Amino acid sequence: MNDISRHTLAVLVDNEAGVLSRVARLFSGKGYNIDSLAVGTTHDPAVSRMTIEVLTSEKQAGLICSQLRKLICVHSVKRLDPAKSIRRELVLIKVAAPTHQARSEIIQIANIFRSTVIDVTTGSLTIAVIGDDSKADAIQNLLGEFGILELVRTGMLAMERGEETIDAQTKEKDEFDYGKNVL
Amino acid sequence: MLMTGAQILMECLLEQEVGIVFGFPGGTILHVYDALTGYPGIFHVLTAHEQGACHAADGYARATGKVGVCFATSGPGATNLVTGIATAYMDSSPVVCITCNVGLPLLGKDSFQEVDITGVTMPITKCNYLVRDVADLADTLREAFAIARSGRPGPVLIDIPKNVTQDMADYVPLKRDRHGKAGRLAQLMKRSTQDFRAAEPDYSDIDILVDMIRISERPMLICGGGVVRSRADREFEAFANRIDAPVGITVMGAGGFRGLNPLSTGLVGMHGSQASNMAVDACDLLIAVGCRFSDRVALKPGSFARNAKVVQIDIDRSEINKNVQTDHHIVGDARRVLQLLNERLEQQAHDRWKDYVFSFKTETEYDEAGDHMTPSQVLDTIAKVVPRDAIFATDVGQHQMWAIQHLHFEYSGQLVTSGGFGTMGFGLGAAIGAKAGNMDKPVVLITGDGSFRMNLNELSTVGYYKLPLIVVIFNNGTLGMVRQWQTLTCNGRYSETTLDRGPDFVKLAEAYGLKGCRVTDVAELEAALEDALAGKQATVIDCAIDIDEMVRPMVSGGSDIIRFMVD
Repeated sequence: MNDISRHTLAVLVDNEAGVLSRVARLFSGKGYNIDSLAVGTTHDPAVSRMTIEVLTSEKQAGLICSQLRKLICVHSVKRLDPAKSIRRELVLIKVAAPTHQARSEIIQIANIFRSTVIDVTTGSLTIAVIGDDSKADAIQNLLGEFGILELVRTGMLAMERGEETIDAQTKEKDEFDYGKNVL
Repeated sequence: MLMTGAQILMECLLEQEVGIVFGFPGGTILHVYDALTGYPGIFHVLTAHEQGACHAADGYARATGKVGVCFATSGPGATNLVTGIATAYMDSSPVVCITCNVGLPLLGKDSFQEVDITGVTMPITKCNYLVRDVADLADTLREAFAIARSGRPGPVLIDIPKNVTQDMADYVPLKRDRHGKAGRLAQLMKRSTQDFRAAEPDYSDIDILVDMIRISERPMLICGGGVVRSRADREFEAFANRIDAPVGITVMGAGGFRGLNPLSTGLVGMHGSQASNMAVDACDLLIAVGCRFSDRVALKPGSFARNAKVVQIDIDRSEINKNVQTDHHIVGDARRVLQLLNERLEQQAHDRWKDYVFSFKTETEYDEAGDHMTPSQVLDTIAKVVPRDAIFATDVGQHQMWAIQHLHFEYSGQLVTSGGFGTMGFGLGAAIGAKAGNMDKPVVLITGDGSFRMNLNELSTVGYYKLPLIVVIFNNGTLGMVRQWQTLTCNGRYSETTLDRGPDFVKLAEAYGLKGCRVTDVAELEAALEDALAGKQATVIDCAIDIDEMVRPMVSGGSDIIRFMVD
């Protein structure tokens, strides 16, 4: 039971009041710890998509999915295979930059990471980085020596590569069967 | 047709063929109760307390298999339902709770008697709703009933702000069989995760199990609450006879398998019989139907059925492998799965295995002595006098375990008991609900002095509606189950469990206008029961039991199922 690893779940839910707390409550009530959670509406305004990352065992991840599917507000749940999916996070970092030299060094670092400077004042720079967690961690380490004033992350977003979608038609049989009969 | 929200609620209850509602009025639910006067087809039972109303709706649902409905007002009315809802949730009982809240303009302002009841009940309902617009009311109610009764049943709560009960909307009648084809329910049914019709089990899974049964030499069955909910008694009995295996019954499964069938080994788990627990330990194939392997059954999941391949049959996918790791599973409705198994499986014979299992005791024997009756004497007398189709409700504690060990239930819904949540005070309300749903059958409440004191206020409901309940109190002057644990694990330090105080249950019954009597031996008990049955009058029978009588056998939580603490 010690095979703890990161599991990424994509969840389609009703875009309604109270849905986030229903989903979040399920995790806290069952004692599962959410590592990252990001929510936003989809191309269908009635539907929101959540990307939830949990550090847990393979077995628990399966149980979490079947618990999630029991919620009436949940349309579909899919576990994303890390090898077949894209994970991205947006991180905003506000760095202290009191001198010319500091500013230019920070801008150089930002360029290397292909991130953008989105705000400049005489005392600070704000950088937006898009990437998976290793990239965000790397730039955070480098900028640390200048003094990070503030940092915010969106939480990880994830989507499958290729033509695969979260919709039922393309689900693997096993995944699909999880949802049957639960009501 | 233009109607108020309250009228639409009544119309929707009629759509669901709801003939009886249990509840308690108040300020915010005022207009609902006003509308009720215009609907003589909906009979309302006024309880003494909202908790009693919720237990009654639950008891009604368990005994009839239909959806139970209860009403409560906002704030304290709604929170008084909470224990009742949790009880229904843990035992998968279909209950629809209608609460009203303060009007929308007052919502969220800590108004008088306001509480966020949808927030409070989120973890203990299958789903709940706050209806903000009267136009959504009918659709929401249809969805709520469908959710409560479909698949694995459970409680649903609908909170309606007061102004929504007064607002007008166009009500379009819709027959129940059309509900899934219109509105929100139709949308919901299109989703991949939701299926209101229990999906057909996977035939290849069934075939695998049939093959497993064919090579098994020591098969064992567990009858769980799913068999009762699915009313699969006949299919289960046919399957048990076909496979020729001993059957252990869980607390929730009582009634799902005929207790007098010679294959029954009785209760399994913490207070399971020697035969049941030894069979679980020695079997090579364990098939659990509608059982979630709670900690009272699979006391130590790691060693549970350690010599067996474990097969779980459950309607709820999320129960598979939750508590006990299984070797095979079938997701589906118990009745349908058993039908398919019965079609495919030929007659098996396991005489040697049965001889081994039934060499152990299936029932506990108690020493008869002194001035008290033993639990088995009381229960055998009840079984002898009361008609065989009588419904039994229980509270929670020693009397509950004794009742389930010694009464041999015949059909699903015959026993109404709080298994998962273990709610003391459940019994009287539940018995009222069970009786309301089965006016033609006698209903017996078996309770203890501790449990009964918790919600005995409902005796006024019993008296007012002239419900001829028979209440048998196992009066041992203590919280017996806790005392038993104190004896076994706290060196006999009886901290706050002795009930050396009132009330006098006979006088109490009389105060509520009911008949009360005290019995000390079998003859008196027999006479009291016969009187109660003949007189068709509610009777409270106070039955003296020894304070140190224990529920036997007992296996402590977390230990191997055959390590009996008490034989």
